[in-house]
Amino acid sequence: MFDVLTDLLTVLDSTMRLSTPLLLACLAGLFSERAGIFDIGLEGKMLAAAFFSAALAYVTENVWLGLAAGIGASMLLSLLHGVASITFRGNQLISGVAINFLAAGMTVLIAQSWFKQGGRTPALLSGGRFENITLPFADALSVIPIIGPFYKEVVSGHTILVYVALLMVPLTWWVLFRTRFGLRLRAVGEAPEAVDTAGVSVIGMRYSAVIICGVLCGIAGAYMATGLQAGFVKDMTAGRGYIALAALIFAKWRPWYALSSCLLFGFLQAVALRPDLIKGYLGFEVQVQLLDALPYILTVIILAGFVGKAIPPRAGGEPYVKER
Amino acid sequence: MGNANTEGRQETAAPAIELRGISKAFGPVQANKDISIRVMPGTIHGIIGENGAGKSTLMSILFGYYKADAGEIFISGQKTQIPDSQAAIAAGIGMVFQHFKLVQNFTVLENVILGAEDGALLNTSLRNARATLRQLAQEYELEVDPDAVIEDLSVGHQQRVEILKALYRQAEILILDEPTGVLTPSEADQLFRILRRLRGEGKTIILITHKLREIMDITDTVSVMRRGEMTATVKTSETNPQELAELMVGRKVLLRVDKAPAEPKDVVLEIENLRVIDDAGVERVKGINLNLRAGEVLGIAGVAGNGQSELLEVLGGYQTASGKITVNGQEIDLTGKKSDGQSRRARGIAHVPEDRQSEGLIMDYTAWENVVFGYHGDPQFQSGLFMNNAAIKEDAAGKMERFDVRPPNPRLMAKNFSGGNQQKIVVAREIERDPDILLVGQPTRGVDIGAIEFIHKQIIALRDRGKAILLVSVELDEVLSLSDRIAVMFDGQIMGERLPQNTDERELGLLMAGVTGEAS
Repeated sequence: MFDVLTDLLTVLDSTMRLSTPLLLACLAGLFSERAGIFDIGLEGKMLAAAFFSAALAYVTENVWLGLAAGIGASMLLSLLHGVASITFRGNQLISGVAINFLAAGMTVLIAQSWFKQGGRTPALLSGGRFENITLPFADALSVIPIIGPFYKEVVSGHTILVYVALLMVPLTWWVLFRTRFGLRLRAVGEAPEAVDTAGVSVIGMRYSAVIICGVLCGIAGAYMATGLQAGFVKDMTAGRGYIALAALIFAKWRPWYALSSCLLFGFLQAVALRPDLIKGYLGFEVQVQLLDALPYILTVIILAGFVGKAIPPRAGGEPYVKER
Repeated sequence: MGNANTEGRQETAAPAIELRGISKAFGPVQANKDISIRVMPGTIHGIIGENGAGKSTLMSILFGYYKADAGEIFISGQKTQIPDSQAAIAAGIGMVFQHFKLVQNFTVLENVILGAEDGALLNTSLRNARATLRQLAQEYELEVDPDAVIEDLSVGHQQRVEILKALYRQAEILILDEPTGVLTPSEADQLFRILRRLRGEGKTIILITHKLREIMDITDTVSVMRRGEMTATVKTSETNPQELAELMVGRKVLLRVDKAPAEPKDVVLEIENLRVIDDAGVERVKGINLNLRAGEVLGIAGVAGNGQSELLEVLGGYQTASGKITVNGQEIDLTGKKSDGQSRRARGIAHVPEDRQSEGLIMDYTAWENVVFGYHGDPQFQSGLFMNNAAIKEDAAGKMERFDVRPPNPRLMAKNFSGGNQQKIVVAREIERDPDILLVGQPTRGVDIGAIEFIHKQIIALRDRGKAILLVSVELDEVLSLSDRIAVMFDGQIMGERLPQNTDERELGLLMAGVTGEAS
């Protein structure tokens, strides 16, 4: 017999962990794309951040320095994307793809050169990783049925970055829809000429968005290497940047929808980790490969436009050139 | 800021705006050449000129959208640097661009405060703006729902938002670039009432237009531009349309189309219960009936976006539709394989599309290639498996010469011709086929007066050869002067048919706004 509640709680618990990098990357993409800069390079930025955070955390044994290094690396790539697509009005897709290739190659190359362990960093010890935090009253409340165990198993017991990601959702919403900065950011992705003629710098707004995108991607990547896992391995982001983009489209470029779509993708990834449970409940074996493919299949379905009509920011992907 | 002591001494006499020696080039094109102009405060100053004369460029420089290569700007007598729009706004200048600069999915209120917010948080800005907007609305008859989303508003209301944006930023000088191009006549009248009121409050208004009638109606002073230069500035009361037209074009022009009465013959095109549903699922044409006779010009009047474009697209063969269309007694295919431009041309239909740059020409191809497009399969242009380029070039050169395309060089790319000459290339290609039916969409949009006169003559000449012409235009003047019969479209329907000699702009304007019933 299976203990349904326990099983469900473990799956939800990993859902939380697995959703976090997706959510951070998705919100990163949200800032960038809302400002009119399409960013297919989320993947590469996360990967670079994962490597540099792991490398620095290993060398210094300080996870915070690792996080800072990850954010720094991601921001550098973001600025590269900004220079290419904002200043030089290049093609945003090409610039993003280039960043992905650059990150995929450079991380392994540097890892091999520094650590000589086949393109990975050595495993991080406790000082180099983010520790799980037990929220207050987790044990005291656990006697309450359903809510108690849910609080203890699913809500409590994650690293600080998980909570940072969750807090980013209301924060992003507030910034976008309640502040001057957000109004201008959304406007620059919809009608940059309106922003320009209103006396606000289009270039300045777009760079700010790209930098925020870099910071969030950096946290996402650092979480992969120093929270979710203990160290960097080759291609460890495994397409999460692309999944985050699909989640962003699914979420129609809105922060709260982004939370739910990332949780859905996280849930699918969590289920894929437990083929034993699938077999137990469904009574037949589902191939692991098929389970692993689920998030990607959903991505394809979403991108093919089966899930409602999503209208991207109107000036998205277009460099701003004054019309003549 | 400049030297206030010397320049601002005579406050009352200082012009609101003075430009001295403004020059601006875009690559090899000199858009503005050493332009100087003085605009007195509390007046409406018109700037008139053909398309491409440099009016919009000049005003965009004043608003800081472009940077001048040379020249000085004085605002109320003080020398002012305007490197960007921020500086222009600070100097009290507001501009309503021809293509509105609004965020389509923002509310009116959000658009108004964008860039002029009170603080980092929106709530207070929005509250303050709401109060200010209400006040401005009362003061200048500029009522707009502050919570409406821009894309749900009519073009006229969107324009009001643009004016409100400028007033909210406390503009004392308001520039309007071709403001009536997208308005119905009654909306235009309303706009002019607002402008007069603003002038009454002491604001200075610069009105850019190519419509002589508007200049005569509303301005106090008018400056004429031609090919990047300022050719004259005169008091409106001391000039007349004929004189202004000559100043614009640099020679005598015929403002009226000279034509004999039509001699309509058999019906060549019959449209029955035509319906068009576009890609977004919106019904654009709602069951219209029309017929067109040989030897007449049927004009379709209407504000842009009321189904005229779709009507042309169906007839031209690149939009599917339901209903029945008969050409010379034979029904044509509206949905299937035979619904394309090639089949339509085979039926004797030629088409001068509304948008010459995207539908009429391939801008990166040469003129001779463009002249043969659509007819490149004709036997005289073939040579075995290959195209007979020599024959095509010779044919193109002839057509370009007969249609006075300047420069008459078939090897030039389409994009290197001016708007009027591009249009002449398209018109030459289609009219020289001697089609039974000619569809013409906006034949003179963005075309200078000289070329308008020429194109109109060619259309009438085709009619006099006994051919049928269906003319779609948003320019009421054009429809009235060219047509032998006028149908007005509104919201995908024909609101009524009139004879040009029995109607006037007022009646047609009401029909264009969807008002039926006899006006008088």
